[in-house]
Amino acid sequence: MRARNSFVGAAFALLAAGMGHSALADDIKIGEINSYSLLPSFTEPYRKGWQLAVEEINAAGGINGKKLVVISKDDGGKPADAQTAANELVSSEGVAMLTGTFLSNIGLAVSDFANQKKVFFLAAEPLTDAVTWAKGNKYTFRLRPSNYMQAAMLVEAASKLPAKRWATIAPNYEYGQSAVAVFKKLMSEKRPDIQWVDEQWPPQGKIDAGPVVQAVAQANPEAILNVTFGPDLVKLVREGNTRGLFKGREVVSFLTGEPEYLDPLKEETPEGWIVTGYPWYSIKTPEHDAFLKAYQAKYNDYPRLGSIVGYQTIKAAAAIIAKAGSTDTDKMIAAAEGISMPSPFGEITFRKIDHQSTLGAFVGKTAQKDGKGVMVDTSYKKGSDYLPSDAEVEKLRPKD
Amino acid sequence: MAFYVVQFLTGLASAASLFLVASGLSIIFGVTRIVNFAHGAFYMIGAYIAFTLTERFSGAFGFWGGVVAAALAVALIGVLVEIVLLRRIYHAPELFQLLGTFGLTLMVEDLVVLIWGPDDLVGRRAPGFKGAVDFFGQNIPSYDLFLIALGPVVLGVLWLLFQRTRWGVLVRAATQDRDMVAALGVNQKWLFTSVFAVGVFLAALGGALQIPRDAVHHAMDLRIIVEVFVVVVIGGLGSIVGAFVAAVLVSELNAFGILIFPKISIILVFLVMAVVLIVRPWGLFGKPEAAARKTPGLSVNPWRPLTLNERLASLAALIIAAMLPLFAGNYALTVGSEIAIFVIFAVSLHFLMSVGGLASFGHAAYFGLGAYGVAFLAKMAGLPMIVCLLLGPLLGCMGAAVFGFFAVQLSGVYFAMLTLAFAQIVWSIAFQWVSVTGGDNGILGVWPEKWAASPSHFYWLALGVAALVTIALRVMVFSPFGYALRATRDSLLRSEAVGINAKRIQWTAFVIAGTTAGIGGALFAYLKGSVFPDNLGISLSVDALVMVLLGGVETVSGGVIGAIVYKALNIWLVSQTDLSKLVLGGFIVLIVVVFPKGIVGMLEILAQRRRKSSPPGSSLLAKPVESAE
Repeated sequence: MRARNSFVGAAFALLAAGMGHSALADDIKIGEINSYSLLPSFTEPYRKGWQLAVEEINAAGGINGKKLVVISKDDGGKPADAQTAANELVSSEGVAMLTGTFLSNIGLAVSDFANQKKVFFLAAEPLTDAVTWAKGNKYTFRLRPSNYMQAAMLVEAASKLPAKRWATIAPNYEYGQSAVAVFKKLMSEKRPDIQWVDEQWPPQGKIDAGPVVQAVAQANPEAILNVTFGPDLVKLVREGNTRGLFKGREVVSFLTGEPEYLDPLKEETPEGWIVTGYPWYSIKTPEHDAFLKAYQAKYNDYPRLGSIVGYQTIKAAAAIIAKAGSTDTDKMIAAAEGISMPSPFGEITFRKIDHQSTLGAFVGKTAQKDGKGVMVDTSYKKGSDYLPSDAEVEKLRPKD
Repeated sequence: MAFYVVQFLTGLASAASLFLVASGLSIIFGVTRIVNFAHGAFYMIGAYIAFTLTERFSGAFGFWGGVVAAALAVALIGVLVEIVLLRRIYHAPELFQLLGTFGLTLMVEDLVVLIWGPDDLVGRRAPGFKGAVDFFGQNIPSYDLFLIALGPVVLGVLWLLFQRTRWGVLVRAATQDRDMVAALGVNQKWLFTSVFAVGVFLAALGGALQIPRDAVHHAMDLRIIVEVFVVVVIGGLGSIVGAFVAAVLVSELNAFGILIFPKISIILVFLVMAVVLIVRPWGLFGKPEAAARKTPGLSVNPWRPLTLNERLASLAALIIAAMLPLFAGNYALTVGSEIAIFVIFAVSLHFLMSVGGLASFGHAAYFGLGAYGVAFLAKMAGLPMIVCLLLGPLLGCMGAAVFGFFAVQLSGVYFAMLTLAFAQIVWSIAFQWVSVTGGDNGILGVWPEKWAASPSHFYWLALGVAALVTIALRVMVFSPFGYALRATRDSLLRSEAVGINAKRIQWTAFVIAGTTAGIGGALFAYLKGSVFPDNLGISLSVDALVMVLLGGVETVSGGVIGAIVYKALNIWLVSQTDLSKLVLGGFIVLIVVVFPKGIVGMLEILAQRRRKSSPPGSSLLAKPVESAE
């Protein structure tokens, strides 16, 4: 009988350990959701980033003396599963706030969940403008520069190009569609003389690059806007290089300078594309040096943009809770509106008006160095300089 | 003019890549009747291994040797899979092998990330084919020319293999009538193994040859698997020439289609398939499937209504399930609601598959239509929840009525693929019609009203509807309509001879199943508070198939158990481990090997054995039913 009891006890202990309830009642728990199984090339560095942040915060005494625990869930790239995970984190794990997400539709699904259940949600990565504007709500904040901001940064450089005939290549889903739409709008405002001569919309992840490249070349544009990324970008660049699509043409490209997407290209890296990205090797600021050093010491690897996003998401969450002095949702919202904090890219602020952070991005040109893709001539663009006026934002955002 | 020639050649190069993979799938299906869901996984492993080999051994020999070695290595893995896994389940119900290969695919997706890391890998360019050839001012990559030449070469080699060798004769014979080949004393085991190896070799070769054009990553398999299935079906199952023509047709239509409609790629293959199947029910080069000689499996274990004791037990289980809110928290209740909704979804497909013998690969279309129906009514018309729940599924009903009419004209895998095509067409409409459906950002804010908002109330609602739906479908199985439907499943000719209008009966069943799925979708919209094109997507359709097969396709209500087990396990694993696909896939493979008739199917066999060993009086009770079969 005794043997059996101890067996049962061991089983329960195993079960408890398996459930990951290492958190004590007094700890501050933050829920984190991302597409770990669908997008490992982004989410693995992202995970490393937030784990580093948790370690740093707890080494410095936690948040107002309490230990920070992050409970992380995979959404498999499906909005419905993200909501199941959000529900588990809120109802079952009792987290103080939700953070994370990558894909725009998942960001929106969790944001809607947060709005319904009155939970604080700090969106890390989803780029769609809808998160803070058209479908924005009181409970949702976002860290990364939105589609609009990145488009505005690129337009600043693109509008100086002499090119008048433009073609676009973008993945056929919301991100691609809205990136092209904003870019076209801002670009045409600055340069009414521009003509849009062709647009290609390959399905996300399924580009048949040869025909697409050929079709764009046939329209004979002087410049090309690219929004594809990941494996699609690789195929596009390879076909484009072989077929000479990029020869003598300017290319402006979203996200291509991020190590996640630039590094795989190696000796295929095209020269001179104007891109947004993260040149970790050439940022020389004390804040970034500190981050880089800590990251490399812990992982023996260089950071990707995902690392920054993961790191700063948790740092921001901790700063918000520390300022609120509580995990009460309304108090956290009040604390988050207008909060300023340091980041590896310098000081950022979460705006009161639309809950968007002013984290910026680097704009530069692609180049090859020792068979690797790098960004050169980079400059940091502050997010606050690339947002529309307050009056416009108020029109875009529903009243709480 | 030069542009059109180059665009045509570019299309041909895409076609060649597609054909390599599709031909392997076609051969495997033609002989073994296995719907090899893992074909994309083999393609992906081929690319990964070739990447490693070509990175390691440089030079022309290293590259081409690496490509061929990778394909051979994967073929070996294929042989292993065939011997260890598939051989055990050739006699399982139709499509059950799909479940096993689906499990394998899940495992492979996690394994490649574990082995090769999460980053996208970009391999070398092919030595000797790095540049482009100038054609009147247009550039054609020389590697494209290589692929264009390779396609017909592979086609020729396969033709010789099939027409001029003894092995080929046997394979063709088995494609036509494998029972007869077996009766003539051919060792089917090795024939199947060798065919599987050849098919997998072609898939892996196709993957390995993508290295100079593509990035190697962990989602390559899903990108290609559906497309090659479509190509195989357009060409006609088992026809290599058909696969070739279909690959060219699809690729060229895409290459020229994007010049006029740049957004066409997302749906093109499915549109082509739908048109081809409606005009030619067996694909371009396919022949009508010979009526399968039914294994006696179905009549050995005849269906019967539940006995009184079983009814009481089911009622008790329902009551226990209804008491869940007394001791479970909000999260468990929400998961419970989700499982109940998937029970509805699974039993609706189960009704179509097991009673009607019609396996739909696109059942999520009607689930999603029900969800969108609710979202439209709630958000645009602002109707109250109860009205939305009653009217929303009608959208699923209408979809099923329209698509079902065309689909039931076909049978077997062609039926399944046409339903898939329709589902993808509906999906792409939801995805592209941004102004109405919100595109992939979906429709948000479809939350339940106060009376159903609390997790326990919603749980009771979902559970109640699930119970009603299950009972209603069971009643239907044992109604005259149910018997007529089973007659069309067991023998189309005989059922028509006794005056059953088979197509109309099947169409009715399709509409019933579609409407039921729509009910599930309607509840799902309220559970999640939002609707996305995902709700109509392929992966949801596959989930439904897996649930039905897991429960047991030859049972009356196996779908219920299949849905509970699969969904609960899936949610739990995703929450608990980062390797949920690996574990879930492993579990499915294990189930496939241990329970080749599904979970409920196996339990029924066990129960029957016990009944046989008990006094004969009890088995006499089943006799009247048996004679009615």
